[in-house]
Amino acid sequence: MAGLVLDHISKRFLNVVAVDDVSLTVPNGTFVCLLGPSGCGKTTLLRMIAGLEAPTAGRILIDGADITELPTHKRNFGMVFQSLALFPHLCVGDNIAYPLRIRGRPKSEQQARAAELLELVRLPGFAARPVSQLSGGQRQRVAIARALALSPQLFLLDEPLSALDAKLREAMQVELRQLQQKLGITTIVVTHDQREAMTMADLVVVMGEGRIRQVAPPIEIYRKPADAFVADFIGSTNLLPVEADPAGRVFAAGAPVAGLAMPGGLGKAVMSIRPEDVHLTRTDGAAHVGRVTFVRDLGGTVETFIDVGGTPIVAVTTPRERLALSAGDTVGIVLPAECCVVLAS
Amino acid sequence: MTGRLLRTAYFTLVALFLAGPLIVVAGVSLNERKTLLFPPQGLSLAWYGDLFTDPGWRGALLASLAIAALSAGLAVAMALPLAWFMWRRSAPWTRIFVVLGAAPFMLPPVITALGFLSFWATLGFYGQAWTAVISHAIFFVTLPLVTLSLGFAAIDRSLVEAAATMGADSRTIFRTIVLPMIRPYMLSGYAFAFVLSLNEYIVAYMTVGFTTETLPIKIFNALRYGYTPTMAAVAVLFVALAALIFGLVARFGDLPRLLGAWASEER
Amino acid sequence: MKREPPRRLADYAPLLFPAAMLTGFFVVPFGIMVAVSFFRRHQGGFYTPDFVLANYERFLTPFFANVLGFSLLLSAMAAAACVLLGLPFTYLLTRLPRRPQILWLVALLSILSLSEVIIGFAWSTIFSRTAGITNLLVALGLMREPMALLPGFGALLTAMIYQALPYTILVLYPAFARLDPTLVEAARTLGASPIRAFLNVVVPALRNTIFATLIMAFVFALGCYLLPQMLGRPQHWTLSVLITDQAIYQSNMPFAAAMAVFLVLVSLGLIGLTLLVGAKEEGR
Repeated sequence: MAGLVLDHISKRFLNVVAVDDVSLTVPNGTFVCLLGPSGCGKTTLLRMIAGLEAPTAGRILIDGADITELPTHKRNFGMVFQSLALFPHLCVGDNIAYPLRIRGRPKSEQQARAAELLELVRLPGFAARPVSQLSGGQRQRVAIARALALSPQLFLLDEPLSALDAKLREAMQVELRQLQQKLGITTIVVTHDQREAMTMADLVVVMGEGRIRQVAPPIEIYRKPADAFVADFIGSTNLLPVEADPAGRVFAAGAPVAGLAMPGGLGKAVMSIRPEDVHLTRTDGAAHVGRVTFVRDLGGTVETFIDVGGTPIVAVTTPRERLALSAGDTVGIVLPAECCVVLAS
Repeated sequence: MTGRLLRTAYFTLVALFLAGPLIVVAGVSLNERKTLLFPPQGLSLAWYGDLFTDPGWRGALLASLAIAALSAGLAVAMALPLAWFMWRRSAPWTRIFVVLGAAPFMLPPVITALGFLSFWATLGFYGQAWTAVISHAIFFVTLPLVTLSLGFAAIDRSLVEAAATMGADSRTIFRTIVLPMIRPYMLSGYAFAFVLSLNEYIVAYMTVGFTTETLPIKIFNALRYGYTPTMAAVAVLFVALAALIFGLVARFGDLPRLLGAWASEER
Repeated sequence: MKREPPRRLADYAPLLFPAAMLTGFFVVPFGIMVAVSFFRRHQGGFYTPDFVLANYERFLTPFFANVLGFSLLLSAMAAAACVLLGLPFTYLLTRLPRRPQILWLVALLSILSLSEVIIGFAWSTIFSRTAGITNLLVALGLMREPMALLPGFGALLTAMIYQALPYTILVLYPAFARLDPTLVEAARTLGASPIRAFLNVVVPALRNTIFATLIMAFVFALGCYLLPQMLGRPQHWTLSVLITDQAIYQSNMPFAAAMAVFLVLVSLGLIGLTLLVGAKEEGR
């Protein structure tokens, strides 16, 4: 099996289960994001891949070889730390050349490689700078360059962009993805930011409470969330309790949803519908009617909060298709069946 | 406005109290003749020359410097592995050694001195110069222990992990990351131990007092035969040396942090 | 890297040298000293292994009680004076800009590291008739003729305060440096004058630190062994001086050791008290 395989990995700290029986296959060349709220075990999982933590149970294989017991310094994985961990006593060039220096490579090779990598991360000529003189984004790039210095088999990043401001973070996400595609390197990024995961990943691994909740490409995670946890964590969503009547019609918020069927003959479940999939119409003829409680006009989008017989529903529209609504108005609601995902609870 | 005036007045008073005796001593050291007059009568640096030409004073100076240099080195050599271990490992019972390292410094010095006196006498090494080196190293090991512990605490542990992911084993990490980052704290620990050893009287007196004269012992012994401006010259020299060394520590290190304030960047 | 418990015996290797040194050259000497305090003393400065309490029984003499009482009184006065002087000073010091603050720290360290011999010599000079402060007063017309201010209790206490003040300030320094400055600012906005804010906010906030410092300064002053000989009269001798005297000049090691053991117990008791207060502080 080419690539990284996690085989029933668990990690316990005293009485806390940080990672609970995780199995995952990462084919070579893919960009994977481990996504989840803080404390979900994603960083622990990454640290186990890097060899910085030992799993309590399970095996880690790379290209078929078991590396579970291999110490970190023999793994040849490049890693970018949340704190970036740039060595303050070394200049930029020496930071990047560090892995070559400790392997006794000649000075000329070290310098050439550092220059090459600085070119790659678009910081040419920065080699002699002290680390303390770099901006946040520059430090970021140096950390990435350093992790790539030995052309590692695996590129690991732990919340690499969390220290940057929003604008720079988005730019770096694009840059990181382009860099990964250029090098074709297998990459695993830990993040709690779902936009970041959606921007960069081939494969998103959503984790919650130490377990993997769903593994899928970003758009599928968004469109077809596996459960309520994933649906709620990825973007914002309406989670509505649904119930089937004997005739097979599915009721949500007190009215049937046309064309929606319960999978596997379930009686009760929860369904997810994204706010941008909720259509607002006039009240006559609409299956669902509700009362507007609040309108948030953000300029680019308009969020309308509606109370439908006690069930809150949020709809997002563009200003162009906006109805002239304000709090207290009644409004008709259409929930298109093809946008509704009934979740296994 | 009155607040600032009060503050300045208070600082001036404390400064006068602290500097006063030293100013008088400095003045006395410049007397031309062998008298302790202040203000000095005539100006002469002869008494400083005495320190280096008079065999008694020169011998004491060299003995003091040798003991201080060696014992400070030994203290750092003890403190470094201990502080490193405490940083690297969690083994609560080993804290006992940190307590042992701090104890001689916390207790009245005469206790430690007497302990050494009975120890070296029992072993039959009483009076040998090297016993003063070991005794001072134990007595002052607290200082490098404190500075090194601070230094280790300042190292971000992810730096060590980062080095490991780049292929460095623990020995390489120690050599290429830990040691360079800890070096300033080693130096300041050495400086503290050196200056204090240079000035130490009672431990040196109770271990080698009857065979070797260090400068403080020499001054005290000389006092019995009357005061001379040479003593004043020694005192001035010691204050100047301490100020120079601590000034260097402050210049190349973060003195407020070393003395227990949080990192200066936070201010 | 996390702190890991040692797994193999080899993981303890770094401890080997420091542990051996501290055990061999501190624990063992200490143990020998305790043992000697129970030894029997013979005429001519010799002593033989034994287990007698005679050395401790001497504590019951009025002479020893006087020395002990005077030592405690002198140290308490010096410690109290140092804390009283040091409190406002340290507070003001931590409010100074970085550069002058460092300058003061260097000065304080330099004086703290000064040998007791030198401090004694400096004060005996400044209190002397020929070079002393009284000459200044004569020059100012405040005194008729210069006089010696030593030996005496005042000279001794002054020199002890001189020695212990930098220590007190440096012990107080971390707590003051870390004190949240907005505390005082808040008090000021509520209408407190700077001095009121200091007394009502800073001092209570650092109550435990101040108490601990008082004890530390007290133990530090207890350790003073040369100044009483240089600046005081024989009745001003302290326990530390007596120990030195018995050990070196009277060649009575067992009695000196017994007194040292007693001094250790007093000091440890006091230091333990401060640790207890510190633990209570952390627990809050």
